[in-house]
Amino acid sequence: MLEIRSIGKTFNSGTPNELRALQNVSLKVDDGSFVVIIGTNGSGKSTLLNAVAGSFFVDFGAILLGGTNVTRWPEHRRGKLIGRVFQNPFAGTAANMSIAENLALAAQRGKPRRLSWLLRRNLLSQFRDRVSQLNMGLEDRLKNPIGSLSGGQRQALTLLMASWQRPQVLLLDEHTAALDPKSADQVIALTDAIIRRDKLTALMVTHSMQQAANLADRLIMMHRGRVIQDFQGAEKKRIRAEDLLSRFEEVRRAELLDESAAAMLRRAYI
Amino acid sequence: MSLLLGALTLGFIFALIALGVYISFRIFAFPDITADGSSTLGAALAAMLLVHNVNPVLGTAVAFIGGFLAGAVTGILATKFRINGLLAGILVMTGLYSVNLHIMGRSNISVLGSKTLSTYAERIGTSVARGHALNILGWEVTSLEVSSFVASFLFVSAVGCVMYVFFQTSLGTAMRATGDNSEMIRALGVNDESMIILGLAISNGLIALGGALIVQYQGFADVQMGIGIVVWGLASVIIGEALVGTLQLGLSITGAIMGSVLFRLMIAIALRMGLNPNDLKLVTAVFVFLALITPALLKRLRNRHTGPAHA
Repeated sequence: MLEIRSIGKTFNSGTPNELRALQNVSLKVDDGSFVVIIGTNGSGKSTLLNAVAGSFFVDFGAILLGGTNVTRWPEHRRGKLIGRVFQNPFAGTAANMSIAENLALAAQRGKPRRLSWLLRRNLLSQFRDRVSQLNMGLEDRLKNPIGSLSGGQRQALTLLMASWQRPQVLLLDEHTAALDPKSADQVIALTDAIIRRDKLTALMVTHSMQQAANLADRLIMMHRGRVIQDFQGAEKKRIRAEDLLSRFEEVRRAELLDESAAAMLRRAYI
Repeated sequence: MSLLLGALTLGFIFALIALGVYISFRIFAFPDITADGSSTLGAALAAMLLVHNVNPVLGTAVAFIGGFLAGAVTGILATKFRINGLLAGILVMTGLYSVNLHIMGRSNISVLGSKTLSTYAERIGTSVARGHALNILGWEVTSLEVSSFVASFLFVSAVGCVMYVFFQTSLGTAMRATGDNSEMIRALGVNDESMIILGLAISNGLIALGGALIVQYQGFADVQMGIGIVVWGLASVIIGEALVGTLQLGLSITGAIMGSVLFRLMIAIALRMGLNPNDLKLVTAVFVFLALITPALLKRLRNRHTGPAHA
């Protein structure tokens, strides 16, 4: 279980570029729950994922993973418990190393890195099995450098790597945003299949209302560093992409109202 | 013939330095110039211990450990204290100059009167040859030259094999991945800072080992001997890459060794043809510069022929 207790993060604090990226965000994600996060640009959705992953330390609040307080754990230590797929398809794999070596590094997640031979034969046959299930014809190219593959193929492999050792939580940060539509659909189908099959706890940030409406069993909407909406259960099932769009439109209009109201007040009093 | 044999032997010994440079510059993409200090550190430690009649194997091992620690310091400066990698290397290298002078007590030590690894090699060589003068392709050579050559070849081959295996272990692969994509390896639960510290330690350990062997081959240690050595190592690595490419680990390791030997041969020939030894470092620097810019230059020329590339 992932528990986020009113965390906050301000970037460039005390400068004109001050950005209050997370403001008192709290979230409890049950085991096996698949949560989709949507939000406007700069709403803090990616920042929330990075806070969980440990890319930076939060200013206040606590993050608990499976009951353990990991708030002050460095990124690599949390990496033993967390699976991650990044927006950049090149970020999750080592380009100059082979597919097999990349997978083997992931298969060792959470284990000490010792002086034992990495690419053992039984491991290679497991890789062949799992990679052939991707239906991308990569099972015969395990020795090829991963940098020679397309973004979609690399993202599919990153997904396999992130889930190879069952993570306490899987973090997906707009992992299909940089892909062409066909690859994006493939990767999304694979994501859903893996999460369902292994009953993984997952947080997925997306900008696609379609994905947000169709996938997952819980939907969170963020705006200006806060969670503004949390759909669960039957309510989540009913939601369609159009509902989300109109909800965004409401938020946008409320914002305009805020600004015009402020302008009016300024005229009246200053 | 002696000249050729000497160049080959030096090439194999310098290959240790090339392998060290390969680890820092290529595997970790870390421009570590600690090498200039750590090679001299290895030489100074070995020379000092040999002069005091310490067993040469032990003396050489201590040299490796000295370099290992120096590299670890550079790694710690660069990771824990977030100092720019180039600057971290410069700091350690500069500090080591004083350390080396302290170890040696003066700027130059001769080990010609002491028992060294060369002595061992010669003893084995003499017992194999049974006192006959050796004859290679009609040239007479001493058993010391031949045995040093064979010993350095075997030693470097062994080091190359160990490296080849090491970088395919679980730990070694995590190191290569750190150099390739540190964000990814952190996400996979590996402390990338520890990997860099350990990697630079191994790199400089090898370089100090090279320094220790140079002392035992040429018979003296000099506090200035490390100047520019990182460029020599880099030149060897680049020549190796030109020979065998960069795609496979085993080939890269072999390439660095071959590059070092070839580089020494080129130097020997250039000196024979009348190159002023004082110009050696300038020529090497220009050579590395040309080798670094040539690939991009060729690409641009090719693009000009085929028209501008797509934007």
